[in-house]
This record gives sequence, structure tokens and C-alpha cells, in this order.
Amino acid sequence: MNHQRRDTLKAGSGLGVFGLLVAAGMIKPELAQAAWNKEAFEAKTLDAAFGVIGAGKPAESGDVVITAPDIAENGAVVPVGVVSNIPKTEYVAIMIEKNPNMLAASFTIPEGTVADVQTRVKMGQTSDVYAVVKADGKFYMSKKEVKVTLGGCGG
Amino acid sequence: MASPMRIRAAAKDGVTEVRVLMSHVMETGQRKDSSGAVIPAHFITELTAKHNDKVVLSAEFGPSVSTNPYLAFKFNGGAKGDKVAVTWVDNKGETRTDEVQVA
Repeated sequence: MNHQRRDTLKAGSGLGVFGLLVAAGMIKPELAQAAWNKEAFEAKTLDAAFGVIGAGKPAESGDVVITAPDIAENGAVVPVGVVSNIPKTEYVAIMIEKNPNMLAASFTIPEGTVADVQTRVKMGQTSDVYAVVKADGKFYMSKKEVKVTLGGCGG
Repeated sequence: MASPMRIRAAAKDGVTEVRVLMSHVMETGQRKDSSGAVIPAHFITELTAKHNDKVVLSAEFGPSVSTNPYLAFKFNGGAKGDKVAVTWVDNKGETRTDEVQVA
């Protein structure tokens, strides 16, 4: 990976981040980790990530709609939305195939909440974006390629 | 201390749309500072949104979510004046809760 470029890009912002980290250091880190699915977020390949969330090989479905730009000029902020038209959708995950950590975010959708979420993710390079949906116990997925002009894994 | 979130919740035709803009560095742990030292990861891991006292969305974030994360979602029901509260927790145990009334 091209770390040098990031250094140049981000050298200026280092100080502010450091100050925040120091302030945060007073709080014990273990607290937050109780429920977070560490294994899933650290999965390095798509199949591994599917495996950890129990999706196996999800079927591709046209009822899972990804809203993302075809070309993202700034990889640091790529808007991604997922709408699932499958009834009883209970879980939505967004994965970026070529990111060092594939799984970007996962959402648990309780009854009464519309399976329609939008967020913004970082993308290091041009990659397929996957949406994995669990509905009524079964997994479905859909993918869309997003071309990245300027990588933004550095955030 | 983390800055407040900006939350908007608007009810329309029986569906409430919630938009949240969090203020967080979302440091991936992959970047290095100018001296070559790795900047430790610092990102939001969990988020919960409640309508009055009912959970309407729970989410887990990884480091791939953008700095100052944005999240929008919709839930059925909700009326003017109802409370929507959003709580996040990051990997260092910092947490923040903000609340708005549905408009």
C-alpha cells in the first residue's frame, strides 16, 4: 500500500487526532468491545466475511438495491445506501471488497424499521461494493462497482 | 469529549426519517503520522437509535466508515414531538447520546 502518499496528505491533520486520542485514553477501552463482532470486521476476504456473519454464499437478488455513485471522486467519503425490498429484512451489511477491512457497517433492523439505510464509507481504490441482506433467515446480496479517482482509506 | 451529533428526525405519511451526523475521527489504525508511527485505531463500533424507548436501529461500524459518520434510516410510526435518541460507543469506550424531537 502506498503509505507515503497518505503521510503527505495527512501530515497536517495528525496533531488534532493525537489530542483526541490522549483525551480518550482516560477511559478503559475494554468497555466498548463487548458486543462488537470483531471477527467479522477483521475479515480480510469476502468469503471470510460472509462466513463470519453466517451468510455462506448469499444469492444475488435484484430486490437488494445499492445506491452509490458510479465514480467517486473522493474515496474518503463515498455515499452508500442500501434498500431491501425483501419482506422481513432483519439485517443489512455493507462490504467494500478491496478495503483492508471489508465489512464497513452492519445494521440490525427491528420490526417496524424500513430496510433503507444510508451512510458514507471510505474506499481505498476502485472496488465492488456489496450489500448483504438477511431476510426471514436467508441471505441475499447485491453488488455495484464504484470507481474511485482519489483513494481515501486514510480518511 | 466528543462533539454533539446533529440529528434530524422528520415524520411524514406515517414514516419517520432520521438523519444523523456524528462527529468522530474514525481513525482506521492503518495510517501513519509524519514520523512513520502508526496512528492507533479510533472509531465508532456500535450505534443504537431509539424511538421513545423502543430500539429502531442498531448498527455496528468498522473503520471503513467515513470520518464524521453519516447515517440515515426510516422507521414506521413516529409522531411530532416523539423522542429519537441516538447513542454511539467507540473502540476506546467513549460514548455519546443525543436526543431530538421528531419534527
